[in-house]
Amino acid sequence: MNPAMTTNSALNSGMAPVATPWFFYVLAGLAVASGLAVITRRNAVHSALALIVTLLSVAGLYLMLYAPFVAGVQIIVYAGGIMVLFLFVIMLVNIERATKDRQFNRIWPVGLAAACALLALFVSVIVKGKALLNDPMTGKALWPDPVNRLAESSNTQQVAALLYGEGGRMGQYTFAFEIASLLLLVAILGAVIMTKKKI
Amino acid sequence: MAQPFTAAVTGFLGKSALAAEVRQLEANMVPITTLHYLVVAAALFVLGVIGVLTRRNVVIVLMSIELILNAVNLNLVAFSRMWGNLHGQLFAIFIVVDAAAEAAVGLGILIAFFKNKETINVDEIDLLKW
Repeated sequence: MNPAMTTNSALNSGMAPVATPWFFYVLAGLAVASGLAVITRRNAVHSALALIVTLLSVAGLYLMLYAPFVAGVQIIVYAGGIMVLFLFVIMLVNIERATKDRQFNRIWPVGLAAACALLALFVSVIVKGKALLNDPMTGKALWPDPVNRLAESSNTQQVAALLYGEGGRMGQYTFAFEIASLLLLVAILGAVIMTKKKI
Repeated sequence: MAQPFTAAVTGFLGKSALAAEVRQLEANMVPITTLHYLVVAAALFVLGVIGVLTRRNVVIVLMSIELILNAVNLNLVAFSRMWGNLHGQLFAIFIVVDAAAEAAVGLGILIAFFKNKETINVDEIDLLKW
């Protein structure tokens, strides 16, 4: 079974999508609003909680994009693992002083200007890309934007086939997967050595 | 197959005029394309960049980096649907692995630094040797 083939065919039937556009707007608004809270809160714990809300809404968006495995990984690894790590570190370093301090550094106008320049770049790329996606002149898009429906029930199986291979053959990403495990090992060692009392 | 949200709302409202209105609103809604997701991801990315460039607290800077990585992940998964295959989702999983490694090492460095200097503000991390 070739995942690329099976996902592309026969699934663009006339069936209505399970999740309606309403969900997208709710989840996207929640993600952006709590993302704004992450960078504006004075207390780091509040930022962490807002980031958890962002991560969960993005997981919901993954579900809308027919990626249930990535959504599960997002919830378990991000919201369950990385955020607990963050909260532990917030507990270990004192936040009493940090909440009373100045929250923004001295060159914040420069940083904000750079971010606004980046936003302008994104807006121009998206406006140009919109023209490429749906060309009103020719009616033909340079990049067709099909609203595909991927196979949700076999998503995990197809991801596994790409990661581990199937039928005795190596998957396309098996080598990268092994490298990633090596990266995690090095990161564990680095974190342990970094936090030792005496090196 | 009925759309669950509309079905629930219209079922709750019965055969009233409001139910018809909700159904009409649903029918007129633009389908969610890849571009919609790109806009959301761009917003999250810019928020993350603002956080990295302006905040002083290192923990919040690291959280902003997580926001940026999430924006990239959202793009990858959206493009994965656009092309109709799973390679984008695989990349997203690898980026989650990378984010975990980055968070572990970054927070380890932060704890080591805090033990030496008693501060977690980025603009006070300005000495190569002390």
